[in-house]
Amino acid sequence: MMKNAIEIANLRVVRGGREVLPDLSVTVPAGQVVGLLGPSGSGKSTLIRAVVGVQVVESGDVTVLGEPAGSPSLRHRIGYVTQSPSVYDDLSVRANVRYFASILGVRAAAADEAIEAVDLTSHADALVGNLSGGQRSRVSLAAALVGDPELLVLDEPTVGLDPVLRRDLWELFNRLAAQGRSLLVSSHVMDEASRCDRLLLLREGEILADDTLPALLARTGADDAEQAFLALIDRAAQEAR
Amino acid sequence: MNAHRTLVTAARVLAQLRADHRTIGLMLVVPCVLVGLLAWIFEGTPVFDGLGASLLGVFPFVVMFIVTSIATLRERTSGTLERLLTTPMGKGDFMFGYALAFGVMAVLQALIATAFAVYVCGLDVAGPLWQLVAVAVLDALLGTALGLLASGFARTEFQAVQFMPAFVLPQFLLCGLIVARDRLPDLLRWVSDVLPLSYAVDAMKSVTASASPGADVAGDAAVIALWVLVALVLGSLTLRRRTA
Repeated sequence: MMKNAIEIANLRVVRGGREVLPDLSVTVPAGQVVGLLGPSGSGKSTLIRAVVGVQVVESGDVTVLGEPAGSPSLRHRIGYVTQSPSVYDDLSVRANVRYFASILGVRAAAADEAIEAVDLTSHADALVGNLSGGQRSRVSLAAALVGDPELLVLDEPTVGLDPVLRRDLWELFNRLAAQGRSLLVSSHVMDEASRCDRLLLLREGEILADDTLPALLARTGADDAEQAFLALIDRAAQEAR
Repeated sequence: MNAHRTLVTAARVLAQLRADHRTIGLMLVVPCVLVGLLAWIFEGTPVFDGLGASLLGVFPFVVMFIVTSIATLRERTSGTLERLLTTPMGKGDFMFGYALAFGVMAVLQALIATAFAVYVCGLDVAGPLWQLVAVAVLDALLGTALGLLASGFARTEFQAVQFMPAFVLPQFLLCGLIVARDRLPDLLRWVSDVLPLSYAVDAMKSVTASASPGADVAGDAAVIALWVLVALVLGSLTLRRRTA
């Protein structure tokens, strides 16, 4: 198995005249759940879009599973969940997931398994448009799980979910990593840090920290990820002065 | 291009339509109502026989143009298109999947509208009826293909709706329905010689006027088919896997 799922070197992205990612270099190890944490507007979604190869980049190298991001050969190997659920409102849950299954060339039974994995079996025949926001984002997640991708790139998959469901989904992510899958999961909820094998703290397009949670807490002397994040921002501000 | 992915995409688009009874109703009933209205307006005159068939070629074009451009714009704004383009889905699979699905709707629409025009409104058709239906289906495909192309340039729903008058009305004015094409000023006649709807209306006129219009219709149909293909290919070029 390869050591790194994602390798990014000197990535620069400009969107709407604004430099969202000025010069970002980072590696994401394979077989782990890596949390991409940061406030809204920090560049998380842009970074994720660059990884799945849908973002126009100014310069820099993004290598995913050993290939340049956006390579045709990666399209079978990556599962991508956008921030707002990208599924068809006028189809049932099952019809949605089965459609993505057939695009990816996997069995229809895999669709039912993916629906089961996100705990929507009881709603499989419901129209997606009639579901709640949290349920719709789980349909979107199921559509990414269905191809059993080596790398899952999830943009805020747990927003608006109740605590029990959030716990279940993080258990699912950890289980997938234990099976050798790699996951990059973004979140602006700092308490989800404890669920990740490794953390990337992003602020204003720059990586503030790239570490495990225990190491981060030890280094900053903070009690939780939120305080560690604040401590790092303060430290960076002092160094800049 | 991959036949399987094209077919499952067409099936998916049809499944979405099936859930929307009102849209299906509008697609199938509105052309009949308009043809009926026209027949009624010109009751007791020969005008309907001349105009009715031409309009059977124009309605499917207009309806499919609107439906398709909105449907693909929805794919763009909902993020499903971006997602599909991160999968093995080809741009051609997407375009031809849509064309296939709306082509099926076009066959239904053409059969119903033609039957209504001929059997209920008494449209006089000298040539074979199947050719009337075939041209109507081709026109609907043309609307679908141009709608797919137009939606590539629309960023918002407002723009998509405005493309209807922008793409469709000039063709309607120049296709020979309002002023015969050979009586148009030279420059406009040349333009109308290029625009596909002119050939749709010509073909429809041939079928109604002549008992064996086969050769004329085939020539017009070939031009329309070429336009369909060109629009689909150009449309697939407007799909971008990477966006800003």
